[in-house]
Amino acid sequence: MPDLTTLTGVGVSPGVGAGPVVRVVDSVPEPKQGPGSGSPEEEFAAAQAALEAVAADLEDRGQRAGGEAQHVLEAQAMMARDPDLAGQIKQRTAAGSNAARAAYEAFGITREMLLTLGEYFAARVTDLDDIRNRTVARLLDVPPPGIPELTEPSVLVAMDLAPADTALIDKSMVLAFATQEGGPTSHTSILARNLGIPAVVGCRGVRELAPGTRVLVDGSNGKVFIDPPADLIARLAGVDEKRRAALAAVGNAPGATSDGHAVPLLVNIGGIDDVEKALANGAEGVGLFRSELLFLDRTDAPSEDEQYGLYRAVLEAFTGRKVVVRTLDAGADKPLPFLPFGEEPNPAMGVRGLRICMQAPEIMHTQLTALARAGEGLDTELWVMAPMVADVYEARWFKEACKKAGLKAKIGTMVEIPAAALRAEHLGQVAEFFSIGSNDLTQYTFAADRQIGAVARLQDAWQPAILDLVAATTAGGQANGIPTGVCGEAASDPALACVLVGLGVNTLSMSAGALPGVRAALAAHTLDDCQRAAEAARGAVDAEAARAAARGNLAQLESLGL
Amino acid sequence: MAEITVTLPPGVGLHARPAALFVGAAAKSSCDVTIGRPGEPGVNAKSILGVMGLGAKAGEEMVVTAEGDGADELLASLKEILETPEGGHA
Repeated sequence: MPDLTTLTGVGVSPGVGAGPVVRVVDSVPEPKQGPGSGSPEEEFAAAQAALEAVAADLEDRGQRAGGEAQHVLEAQAMMARDPDLAGQIKQRTAAGSNAARAAYEAFGITREMLLTLGEYFAARVTDLDDIRNRTVARLLDVPPPGIPELTEPSVLVAMDLAPADTALIDKSMVLAFATQEGGPTSHTSILARNLGIPAVVGCRGVRELAPGTRVLVDGSNGKVFIDPPADLIARLAGVDEKRRAALAAVGNAPGATSDGHAVPLLVNIGGIDDVEKALANGAEGVGLFRSELLFLDRTDAPSEDEQYGLYRAVLEAFTGRKVVVRTLDAGADKPLPFLPFGEEPNPAMGVRGLRICMQAPEIMHTQLTALARAGEGLDTELWVMAPMVADVYEARWFKEACKKAGLKAKIGTMVEIPAAALRAEHLGQVAEFFSIGSNDLTQYTFAADRQIGAVARLQDAWQPAILDLVAATTAGGQANGIPTGVCGEAASDPALACVLVGLGVNTLSMSAGALPGVRAALAAHTLDDCQRAAEAARGAVDAEAARAAARGNLAQLESLGL
Repeated sequence: MAEITVTLPPGVGLHARPAALFVGAAAKSSCDVTIGRPGEPGVNAKSILGVMGLGAKAGEEMVVTAEGDGADELLASLKEILETPEGGHA
């Protein structure tokens, strides 16, 4: 069989999906200079009509979305109708420019102006670029950026997907995702796992696929087959059927290896909305409650009472179980208007995570006090941890802050900075538990920004260096008799989850959609299998070899289609 | 031409939501409206991009002018919008 018919990438969400390719439009061409087909007046009128249509569309989407999104979209519509912007366009059409070029340049001037105003306006620049792309697409009569209207179940192919593209996605019409860029922690991967849609990312060549091409996406093995023969579809669909049956057979049993070594399977949540799916998929507790979602998109800090209400609701939903809350995690990369951020050339390495709270201790005190109250009188086991702890000094500071707030909970630290992993033994003398944030740990270990596609190859928790740091953390935890969990995307990869258990990790926390696959993978292997897989992976030279070496020791994965 | 001076309340200044409310109110009027810093030429108050481009911060004084029918009433209502603290617009 010629090799040309298969493309290889990274499988990030298991399962298979076969159907026609629909391309997600990721860019709009830059309009050429020169006059248009109409008079200057006609060109200006065309530009105005396009802007008005874009504004009306934004308002319409706002009405359908409601809530905070409506305010954002209405402000965007206001930008499209801006009289100064129209004035800039008119100057250019009067000077003989075509409508699309005039609009393109006028937006460009405004963009530069907003950029000079500092980081808060970065989000507005994104809004403005979106309006420009929509306007220019209308004038050039090309498809607007984003996901086209799907008329039949399709395979979505993109460079990478942005959150804005996927906000209104219709799950029933998407058979699979295949993206040219992105890694296991990219937005596409997280979304796909959450929705349970098969996905292959970092797959070179998918972008050249013509719309309508029939493809088969195998998210379990990271393959995209072009024009797949019927027998191949049937065979892989059969494997997938077995996978689903295996997942169904293990049901919602507590996480454990086949020889009975318990590995509680926990869930990552942002708020009360995520609880239902978590419980339906058998979450044994919450391993990561991202409290910062309550703080985003607002101009003032939430009050203690408001925070109390939200925390209490989540803690009540998990009575008799464990809830691990991560305190506010923000930074120059996710700025909050009520916190004192300077502009930073390198936000990932600046004042973020616990570092912010050390600069604005009253914010932390309010949060910890709200948590202390929320935990009172419930039999939910409350654990609280700080993000981005680098050393013992910071771990102590956090513990002291918890004490001051009267918090009765287990106080832990996240391990996201290599320094923390390397000195876990000392950190464990202060912390009462560890939770490894594998996404940031990978970013900091490889000096590879999570947002930059060009370094996605390094953003892979299978890298043996990361496995070494996980082993160092569990060793430090064991030396002090404290448990170590993993709450990054690494925990949601069934094979890697087994390896983590083999490295001594006690609990795994992931998005609700990933729970069944991880549960089935663990249930099919012994602790000894996991340890041998971990050893083999640590002995490998790179991520790809580590993955293969581990799978070689986890014999049941293939037949499970995981 | 009518003119008022307003001090922006504590918060994060004139952008996003407050700017949209201010511009929305100005745009509904038939008056010519400007906003700017004292002693500097103002920008068109009906332009969200112009108003955001001022980068006006909390605690700054801003001069708002209006010319046309109902200018005084308009300025009074714009003053109220500008002086409402962050979070009070909900």
